[in-house]
Amino acid sequence: MTDFSDLMLDVVKVRRDFPILGRQVHDKPLVYLDNAATSQTPHQVIAALEEVYNRYNANIHRGLHTLADEATAAFEATRDTVREFINAAERREIIFTRGTTEAINLVANAWGRSELREGDEVLVSRLEHHSNIVPWQLLATQLGVVVKVIPIDERGVLDLAAYRDLFTSRTRLVAVNHVSNACGTVNPVIELTRIAHEYGALVMIDGAQAAPHETIDVQAIGADFYAFSGHKVYGPTGVGVLYGRAELLEAMPPWQGGGEMIDQVSFESPTTFAAIPHKFEAGTPPIAEVIALGKALQWVSGIGMTLIRAWEQRLLAHATDELSRIDGLRIIGTAPDKAAVISFVVDGAHAQDIGLLIDQLGVAIRTGHHCAQPLLASFGVEATCRASFAAYNTPEEVDIFVESLDKVLGMLR
Amino acid sequence: MTSSPSPQAAQEELADEFAMFDNWMDRYQYIIDMGRQLPEFPEEWKVDELKIKGCQSNVWMHHHFDGERLHFSAISDAAIVSGLIAVLMRIYDGRQPTEITATAPRFLEDLGLDKHLSPTRSNGLHAMLGRIYDIAEEEAAA
Repeated sequence: MTDFSDLMLDVVKVRRDFPILGRQVHDKPLVYLDNAATSQTPHQVIAALEEVYNRYNANIHRGLHTLADEATAAFEATRDTVREFINAAERREIIFTRGTTEAINLVANAWGRSELREGDEVLVSRLEHHSNIVPWQLLATQLGVVVKVIPIDERGVLDLAAYRDLFTSRTRLVAVNHVSNACGTVNPVIELTRIAHEYGALVMIDGAQAAPHETIDVQAIGADFYAFSGHKVYGPTGVGVLYGRAELLEAMPPWQGGGEMIDQVSFESPTTFAAIPHKFEAGTPPIAEVIALGKALQWVSGIGMTLIRAWEQRLLAHATDELSRIDGLRIIGTAPDKAAVISFVVDGAHAQDIGLLIDQLGVAIRTGHHCAQPLLASFGVEATCRASFAAYNTPEEVDIFVESLDKVLGMLR
Repeated sequence: MTSSPSPQAAQEELADEFAMFDNWMDRYQYIIDMGRQLPEFPEEWKVDELKIKGCQSNVWMHHHFDGERLHFSAISDAAIVSGLIAVLMRIYDGRQPTEITATAPRFLEDLGLDKHLSPTRSNGLHAMLGRIYDIAEEEAAA
């Protein structure tokens, strides 16, 4: 039995911040274990959204009136909060996007289209989410870029020797995730980046699954680009972040054109563009969501990522122990360093059936391919069940989940 | 596997059977048990052309028109979807194409499947239904 008693995290108090955790599903208390898809939102973040619309809803940056001034100040304050959250050197290295997917597509389009030539190589890992595969495949089709795959071993750990062997004089970019969404592997991003830089390649890190679980230090990693989403780190949907090293962002052409991203627009002389970060923030951004994201990151910092991580690691250990008792259950992804994500398949029971039935017992897990079909294929499965934990989950919820799973398997096998 | 005289009668029978259960766990168990009684599906029919898209599990559906009636056969690797196939077979298998096109899929509402197994749960039920009606319309028009 995993011991939780020495940890300082007051989970009862944490849970009080999340109104949704009090709801019932099919007359059972909700046990929400689909945090890797979206995390729940603390009332402080919901209040921030409401406050924008109740008090200072306005478009940002150019309005001279008080509402516009207050909205701009709150929006730009989030840039500072994000800078601090990922330890970027400068606030202008923080670009707000719709999410991780848009951030990666921004790099693929702005950097990729201007820098990559036919025959240039991009390395992606087999652990990637489709959003860090397909943008590069699109460039492969359109520009003749070659996408090469970093292999994994049977635990879901990247093969570093094979990684090194993939580099050639044409390797320009490595696109890897910090944490695998489908099997939880925490990748050695510092080492991966160091090796890539030895070969003169840049590194784009998909941090969507790391932001809620890991302390992020883009300077310590040496990342050239780093992306994450608001809604996976207790913030709202529709907002995400791209970090890029200032000199890279400055050299990159804009991707989307529109308001906000310009310096001077003219039909007679060339249109000139705003400085970073605004060059990459065309159009009205999700203002309320950005402001609320700032509150979410402050909420995380208020508890402390070290404590959150320690708590979630105990939940993961407890869940791993308990699930391992179930006959015919195989955990997909057994890396020594995992975030609080546990993927599994069970002999004689389809993931879809487990997901539908366990929902009847109030337990929300994810089933399917988790947008990582190449990864699942390498494990020889088409679908898994995935339970993923957040700071507000409890060991009792893990027990309810495992008991519910047992009950459901009794119906199916 | 048709036993009811018409698609409509089959829908009514199913509604009566489902009304015996007062909770969804029991209904799901009943659906799963129905799926276990599906006839064997030949391996050679498990091909891409017969695969139904829009489902988290694999579903294949084969049909044959004997000049009078449509004969459906389907299988899934998931238990609940197999049970849903069994429900569909009782209503639609062995019917005349015009019988099918004249039958509204009332069972979705009567059995509560529209609420509990909505299309967003990617169970393939609506995709299977769509294919059955498409095939019936094609044969009815031919």
